[in-house]
Parts: sequence; C-alpha cells; structure tokens
Amino acid sequence: MTATDPTPAARSDDEVFVEGADWETIVDAVVDDTLTVNMGPQHPSTHGVLRLILELDGETVLGLKPVVGYLHTGIEKNAEYRTWVQGTTFFTRMDYLSPLFNELAYCLGVERLLDIEVPERAQAVRVILTEFNRIASHLVWLATAGMELGTTTVMTAGFREREHVLDLFESQSGLRMNHAYIRPGGLAQDVTDDFVARCDALLELLPARIADYEDLLLENPIWRDRLEGVGIIDAEACYRYGITGPLLRAAGVPWDLRKAQPYSGIDAYDFEVATDDACDSYGRFLVRLEEMRQSMRIIRQALDSLPGGPVMVPDRRIAWPSQQSLGADGIGNDPEYIRHIMGESMESLINHFKLVTQGFTVPAGQVYSAVESPRGELGYAITSTGTNKPYRVHVRDPSFVNLQGADEMTRGLMISDVVAVVSSIDPVMGGVDR
Amino acid sequence: MAATPLWVPILQTVVVFAYFLLVTAVLIWAERRIVGAMQSRVGPNRVGPFGMLQTLVDGVKMFFKEDVTPAMVNRPIYNVAPLVGVVAGFLSIAVIPIGGEVRLFGETFTLVVADLSVGALWILAMGSIHVYSVFLAGWASNSPYPLLGGIRASAQMVSYEIAQALAVASVLIYAGSLRISDIVAGQAGDGLIAGMPGWYAIPLFPAFLVFVVGMVAEAGRPPFDLAEAEGELVGGFNTEYSGLRFGMFMLAEFMQVVTMSAIVVTLFLGGPSGPTFGLPDSVAWIMPILWFFVKMAAFIFFFILLRGALPRTRYHRLMDLGWKVLIPVALVWTLVTAVFVLIDEQGGLTNEARITMIGVAGAIVIGLLLAAPPRSKEPASASAAERDREEVAP
Repeated sequence: MTATDPTPAARSDDEVFVEGADWETIVDAVVDDTLTVNMGPQHPSTHGVLRLILELDGETVLGLKPVVGYLHTGIEKNAEYRTWVQGTTFFTRMDYLSPLFNELAYCLGVERLLDIEVPERAQAVRVILTEFNRIASHLVWLATAGMELGTTTVMTAGFREREHVLDLFESQSGLRMNHAYIRPGGLAQDVTDDFVARCDALLELLPARIADYEDLLLENPIWRDRLEGVGIIDAEACYRYGITGPLLRAAGVPWDLRKAQPYSGIDAYDFEVATDDACDSYGRFLVRLEEMRQSMRIIRQALDSLPGGPVMVPDRRIAWPSQQSLGADGIGNDPEYIRHIMGESMESLINHFKLVTQGFTVPAGQVYSAVESPRGELGYAITSTGTNKPYRVHVRDPSFVNLQGADEMTRGLMISDVVAVVSSIDPVMGGVDR
Repeated sequence: MAATPLWVPILQTVVVFAYFLLVTAVLIWAERRIVGAMQSRVGPNRVGPFGMLQTLVDGVKMFFKEDVTPAMVNRPIYNVAPLVGVVAGFLSIAVIPIGGEVRLFGETFTLVVADLSVGALWILAMGSIHVYSVFLAGWASNSPYPLLGGIRASAQMVSYEIAQALAVASVLIYAGSLRISDIVAGQAGDGLIAGMPGWYAIPLFPAFLVFVVGMVAEAGRPPFDLAEAEGELVGGFNTEYSGLRFGMFMLAEFMQVVTMSAIVVTLFLGGPSGPTFGLPDSVAWIMPILWFFVKMAAFIFFFILLRGALPRTRYHRLMDLGWKVLIPVALVWTLVTAVFVLIDEQGGLTNEARITMIGVAGAIVIGLLLAAPPRSKEPASASAAERDREEVAP
C-alpha cells in the first residue's frame, strides 16, 4: 500500500474529523474486520493531548483522524479584551515551546500597525533569543522523539541541554518559559551585563553536545530504521496542505521566512537554510540538527556585532514607563523613577497611570506578520479598530497546519511508525488548540 | 543414588530461589542506577545504602496500591496471567546450578534444585509457558492496546523461541546430553586450544550469538520490548493491570532477565566453572559460586546497557531479524555441529583441522550477514538510497 492510496473505509466518514463525534458513532462507522484505536488524548506519545483515531488492520494503519481541541484556551478571544501590551503575555503561552517566537511575531505586527522602528540593539537581542529558542525547541523535539522511539537516554540528554538554554532565558526575563520579554516597541528591559558571557558559554557547550547526539544516533541502525522512509510527504503535498518548517525543508524546498521575508534584521547575518531531499522523518531529523547549528552561527554573528543603545522605542507614549532596578532586596521598581513620578512630575504620573491601566492605542488597520518558528510559519493576522485593544488576532499556528499531513504520512504504516511520524511533525498542542 | 537427608533438598531449594530473588532485586536497583548514570541522573539513592532497598520499598508500594480490575475483563484468565509468568520464571531456574559441589555437615551436594535428565528441555518448556502469561494477559484485558501487545508478544516470543531452541540444539548435540550438569561438566577444562576455556561459546559462536539476541527478545527487553512499548501501546499487555498484579509482571520481566543470563552462562560460558587459583578445598567451593555470579552479572549489565543505549525496533524488522537471520544461522550451525560431532565419532580430525574449519564457516556466516542486510522497504529517494548503502548491517 502506498502512502497516497485512499482507503474507502477511512475516507468515507470525514464528518468525524469535523465534528469530533461520540465514540459510539465512530465505532459504528467502522467496517467490520478493522480495529479502531483511540490513541490519546491520554497517551504517552501524543505530545500532550492530541487525540488520534486510528483505524487498523492488524497493525497496519488504514486511516488516521487527528482530533484537536483538548487544550483549547481561548487565547485569541481573550486577547480582544486585553491591551496591546497584555496581549504579549497571552500569546507567549500558545506554542509553549517557542514562546519568544509568539511574542516576536505578535510584536512585529503591532509595531507595523504603529509604524515604529525598533532600536537596533533590541532587534539583535530578539534575534539572539529567538534563535536560542529555536535550539531549545528542537532539543525538546529530539528529547520527545527519543522518548517515543524508546531511547530514554536521548530524552534526558535533550532536556538537559534545553535546561541550559532556559537558564539563559530566566536570567534575562525572569521566567523559564512564557517570558513576555519581547514587547511592542522593543524589549521589556535591557539584557544583563553578563548576557554575552552567558551566551558564549552556551555556544561553547552546545556544539559538543549536538556532536554527542550525532555519535549516538546518526549511525544507529535502529534509529535510522525507525525514521528512514517513514512518514514520507513530498513538496507537492506540503504545498497542498500548507505545511512549512522542517517538514517542507526536509522535502527539499529551501523555504525559510528568515530568508524569504527577513525580520528583525536577520538578513544581516550569514547562514544557510538546512534542507534534505529524503522527504522522510530521518530527513527532518537531519534538518533540525543542522538548524541548531545554523542558529548558533546566527547567534555568534549577532553577539559579535551587538550594538549598544536603548532597547525600547524612545516614544514615551508607547514604551512601558516603569523601570526595574536591582536593589539590596532583589529586583523592584527603580527608586529614581518612583521619586520622579511621585515627587517631581505630576504629568509623568498621569502618563504612567494611563499607560499602565489603559495602554496605548494602535491606528486602525490590518496586518499579517509572520516569523519562522521552529515548526514553520507562525503568522499573526491582527486587526485594529484604533482602540487600545486588538479587534481580532488570528494566529496561523504551524503545528495546526502541519498536523493535517499526519493522515497522508501514516497511511499504510504501522502503529509504531505513527508515533515516529507524529513526533517528526513535532506538534505542540498549546499552539494547535490555542 | 545414596539416600540424602531431607534437609539437603530443602536447603537447595531455599538457597537457589532466595539467590535468584535477591539477584532480581539487585538487578532492578542496578538498572535504575546504571541507566541513571548513563542519562546524567542520580537514580534511587534515598532508601538504604546507595538506595539499594528501593526495590523492596517499591514492592511494598505495589502491594498496598489499589488493584483495579476493569469491568470488561475476562476475570479468571486476567487474574491467572500474571501468576503464570512469575511461576514459569521461578521454575525455569530450578535446573540451573549456581555453584559447584558444596560439602556441608558431611553431605556433598550441588547448589541446584533438580538436575533433571531433560534439563535443557525444561528450560525451553518454561520459556514457552512464559509466553502464555503475556498473551493471556493481553487477550483477557479486552482492550485494544493489550490485545495488540499480546499479539506482538506471542508472535515475537514464538519466533525467537525457535531460534533459541535451535541454538540450544547445537549445544545439546555438542554435549551429547540434555542434563545440565553434563553440559556444565563438558565445558570444564581446556578447550580446543590449550589455555582457553572449554566454553561452548567458542566452538558454537554463531549459536551463542543467536541465543544472546534471542534472549533479549524472549525477555522482552529493550530494544525488543515491543510487547510493552510504552511509547506506542501505552503499556502493551499490562496496560489494564495495576497494583500487585502489575508488580508480578514487573517481577516476571526482571526474573526473565536474570533467568536468561543464568541460562546463557550455563549453556555457553561454562556455568560455575572457572579457576580456583589453588585455594584450599575449605574455601575453594566459593569460587564456582563467585564465577557464576560474575558471568551472570556481566550479562545482566549487557541487558542494562542495551536499554540505556538503543531505541525500540520496529515490529516487522524484529520479525525479519528472527526469521530471516537468526533461524537460518542457528539451523545451519546446528547442522554443522552435527557434522562435526559425526566426524568426531567416526575417528575425528586433528585440532588444527577443526579450528580451521570453524574459522572458515564462521567467516562465511559473518560474510553473508554483512553482504545481505535485511531491507524490505524501498529507499525514499536517491539520498536515502545513498544512506542505505553506507549503513552498516544491523
């Protein structure tokens, strides 16, 4: 059976796909001698709460229906009742493995509506941190893929290195995940003094660790056997579904928004788009490994040319008024600033009050801003009616789009391959369900 | 046979079973520590010295946990299945000597429960019964994942049993006996080349390899843990089990590791035999026990390393390996062994001629394995084909 062979039994009842439907309805619709397995939402290998309805003949997969929505959070709707700055703290929680990309894509859109230019230093730091985020995300992918394919050593190794990256994030934003560090207009605060040293240490550590993974996996016959020729999806099918990211690049298409529609000055750095023409899970593995290397290349160049200056637009009607400083009792409001607004300038106090409670207004208009997240094109379609809140923010999440290919990629394979394929798609349910 | 006092068999039974239970408990702890070390973790280190009592505590925990029986299971079979595995595991070690002759209170005996005249068959038979535990558990659970796990397990274990039985057959032909004590005795002393041990693993090396691969599959351990496959089938055959019954499956699995290690040491690596370094007789009896333990521990360590290093294989690749590689190799080697033994009985060859022939035959087998790696799927593209060519044989 080839991957494109449409099985009538699996194709006939697509309404299950759309409606979800009760379990009885699904079971009744099944042809007699096949077995329907409800894989998920509670299953060790479904990346959280993805539910796959598998139709099996023995162990052979006749059809796969992804059912999503178990992690629906209503973030898009919620954001319509929050100010533009508060939106950052919401969107960062969607695809929780690439929080900075969510923040970046959203802020790029808002900045375009505001028609402001972000300071160079903020742009460089954005690039550095998002590329580190890409590495962290790919490390989690490696870890979970290892776990799902039964090699727990890869799992702990991946999470171990990711922890170092998260330490860096924590040192800059105060949070391991869901940072809300990138804000419309720049960054929440400037990087710390030891930022470059910390990044250097990471750039020292990571290449050796990635080489370790290659030693462990590249020539591992079982690893290759599990991934090679499994989950094939070619460029044509990728176009059809709108699949982007490592899946598309593993199908031989060098499509990368960092090259195609550069953002945050990323076109100033020299790097290559990793591709592979195998179209299979192993190709995606190679592409992701190479992307980690290329990300480090970008970070290296960005660090070497890190400009000075502010990290927030000078416009005091947009920039967050409060400043943080480190005192004897930890981080808190800057006493200088407090003295200024409380003792010296009534106008400053009013401005502070208005900005913090009401936020700034954004000119009416529509914008679509997209970045290359670790999983593909992450796009934010933002509509403003000129108020202090977004009228509507729709997110094009790559996990959601890429997941559509799962059925085609798994058809005719076996159960164990389903796990390999889903892990090679690398869906993050927080992003899929939003 | 002279009449032995009753306490001797009782002592034998208690010592052997306690020994294997203890080794199993230590294995579980050692696995968690060693895999932990491989994965830059600590592993259990709270209970007892170096966390060694963790197994005990876990056992108590299993005992007191709520035992949930799903409503739709086939109750009698569901209840019996875990017991079958544990019992089969215990029974198969009954014929394995864990040491040499021991002299105690004027009685001389071996540390083995029963030296059956069909000992080797007993081991194979108990291995087959173990399959029932897994298969019945999967079937009786009345749920898709256990069913798939049970089907996988029975197919996997039955196919690897054939390969293993063929490997054992060449040992039996070589030793000329089914009795385990004869097989052990046959491996004592020097081998074909003076100075090398007379272990059957050397003249029967292909059979030894087949047995080692087969025993990993038989024990259902990574990378052949397809019947459990927690990443795919949640827990496979034991998905619907909880509490003490689940604990019994755990115990049976780890018992299998110990049993298989003990069997391979006994059949291929001389069992308890080994040099005594000229120690006086009063302490020399300890050496065989020590040797047996060291050899067995080496295999247990091998099992643990496999678990820490390798991903799980695919189901059809596992079957390919069993049917297309292991069984033919074992079959050929059984025939070759038979021919050698026949030649020996007809007058024999010189040692040099034997060694040469073994070497040539071994080279042919290895050459065949390397030349034709089993690959059933078409390469996805030109680059995948290129990768295939570079790939080493599994």
